[in-house]
Amino acid sequence: MSTATRSLPRTIGAHAILITYTMIALFPVVLVVMNSFKSRAGIFGAPLTPPTPKTFDLIGYTTVFGQGDFVHYFQNSLVVTVLSLFFVLLFGAMAAFALSEYRFRGNTLMGLYLALGIMIPIRLGTVAILQLMVATGLVNTLAALILVYTAQGLPLAIFILSEFMKQVSDDLKNAGRIDGLSEYTIFFRLVLPLVRPAMATVAVFTMIPIWNDLWFPLILAPSEETKTVTLGAQLFLGQFVTNWNAILAALSLAILPVLILYVIFSRQLIRGITSGAVK
Amino acid sequence: MGSLKIENVKKAFGPVEVLKGIDLQVNDGEFVVFVGPSGCGKSTLLRVIAGLEDSTSGRVLIDGADVSVTPPAKRGIAMVFQTYALYPHLTVKNNMALGLKQAGTPTAEIERRIKIASAMLSLEPYLERRPAELSGGQRQRVAIGRAVVREPKLFLFDEPLSNLDAALRVNTRLEIAQLHRRLKATMIYVTHDQVEAMTLADKIVVLNAGRIEQIGSPMELYNAPANEFVAGFIGSPKMNFIDGARLGETAKTVGVRPEHLTVDANSGAWKGTVVHAEHLGADTNVYLDCEKAGLITVRIFGVYNAEPGATLYVTPDAAKTYRFGADGKVLR
Repeated sequence: MSTATRSLPRTIGAHAILITYTMIALFPVVLVVMNSFKSRAGIFGAPLTPPTPKTFDLIGYTTVFGQGDFVHYFQNSLVVTVLSLFFVLLFGAMAAFALSEYRFRGNTLMGLYLALGIMIPIRLGTVAILQLMVATGLVNTLAALILVYTAQGLPLAIFILSEFMKQVSDDLKNAGRIDGLSEYTIFFRLVLPLVRPAMATVAVFTMIPIWNDLWFPLILAPSEETKTVTLGAQLFLGQFVTNWNAILAALSLAILPVLILYVIFSRQLIRGITSGAVK
Repeated sequence: MGSLKIENVKKAFGPVEVLKGIDLQVNDGEFVVFVGPSGCGKSTLLRVIAGLEDSTSGRVLIDGADVSVTPPAKRGIAMVFQTYALYPHLTVKNNMALGLKQAGTPTAEIERRIKIASAMLSLEPYLERRPAELSGGQRQRVAIGRAVVREPKLFLFDEPLSNLDAALRVNTRLEIAQLHRRLKATMIYVTHDQVEAMTLADKIVVLNAGRIEQIGSPMELYNAPANEFVAGFIGSPKMNFIDGARLGETAKTVGVRPEHLTVDANSGAWKGTVVHAEHLGADTNVYLDCEKAGLITVRIFGVYNAEPGATLYVTPDAAKTYRFGADGKVLR
């Protein structure tokens, strides 16, 4: 910004608002992470103070890792999230390409039908989904979760991506056709790299609800073998006694993988390779 | 070899008819320009020839073979787009090579053709660069190079100069003209700019509202326009159209080009007042508000001092005055 457009009071005001918002948004996360490093007495005695040498305790983490299966829960969560994400992006992008690129009868109707899922929460169909999974023998498998999450993520993905695909230059796709590229090559090699920022946006929006979901793992895959992190953390949540150290430690650990995935995608958001393709 | 024949091609998008029956013959080695206002169907016609768009009815023949169901890559054509449409992830060299690789051309042959094309278009220093690292003019030369290496029967240009600035446009126009002379290939070129059409074409096809208005060499169109539309579209500044009744003529409209009017300070056929004068150095365009003819443009060669408000007399060259009937067709 040039000095001509800068004014001190306005800068201070903008920063004050942004800093306040950041603090409100980060407060619960900081609280969880902070308290996960404290002893039980420390958590209840002074929940808002950072760990001191007196209250510092890794008991939460040792409990979580001591339970042994937590590594396995993490693995389940990662498998479910990454595979669902992969399918959402793949099928979502393909459907979006078809909707934006090809003229066929019922194109608009199909687009509306596919976007309908944004307005209707998938949880309304829980009973039917459970019956379906029982009938197909998929209960207590990770495949059940992946299928449900793929269905859950597709509407938004198609909606966002088809808008972006419409903006990809027709000339570029036609140049590919004249050079003899197949429609698949045009899609994967020419169009997908150009909508990468949109893909990253969709990935972030899709990933977080899946990772955080408790509902479907609880209903469709509650077995020890298929538990996800969020479900596993419930282990420490008793009717009478709750192991807060362990829960906070498990939740703190659960932040890490999403954080890493988010960093990867947000780099894509920033990077643009579109320059030079068309004017 | 590269002749093209279009037989009664029609194209409709839903209820909207974009091409209303086009018949056209392009001979081997000809440079044909499709020209017309935007929305006249010229780009659609080019895309039908390329196979990027299916025609609703009619046939397209390249070298006598019906290609109506042949995919674009198998038609023996190459296309240069307005937005260059280079592959952003490939180097200049690979941009040119991709089509040949897809067709299974041997590597040595690809190398040979790229070498010839890049020498022709002075692209040698840029072969390893990506499109993002090139200027607009260089990108368009790469796009032309990509077409050249395919050694097509037909070159298709879709407004290739529209995205370039004025100076570069003239240079690239010259390069395309030289390319045509050197390759002796058949070229079809779409533009809305009548100057590009006049300077490049062997044959101009004037399109309007999905129909061909007239086909002919640039001079044929200039000297003998078939109707009011062609007369008004070809030539710059535009031809003056004057209501026939005001001049006491039987024709509906009388047309006379700005360069076919002579001015005199004292006497002439039409008396008028100078509204505005544009001084271009080589010539001067004077806008006159005439009592009989209304607002007309006069093109005077060389420098001419005309102050707004001054009175001038103009006389049309009778031999170069066109008369149009009520249907817009020229009366002979």
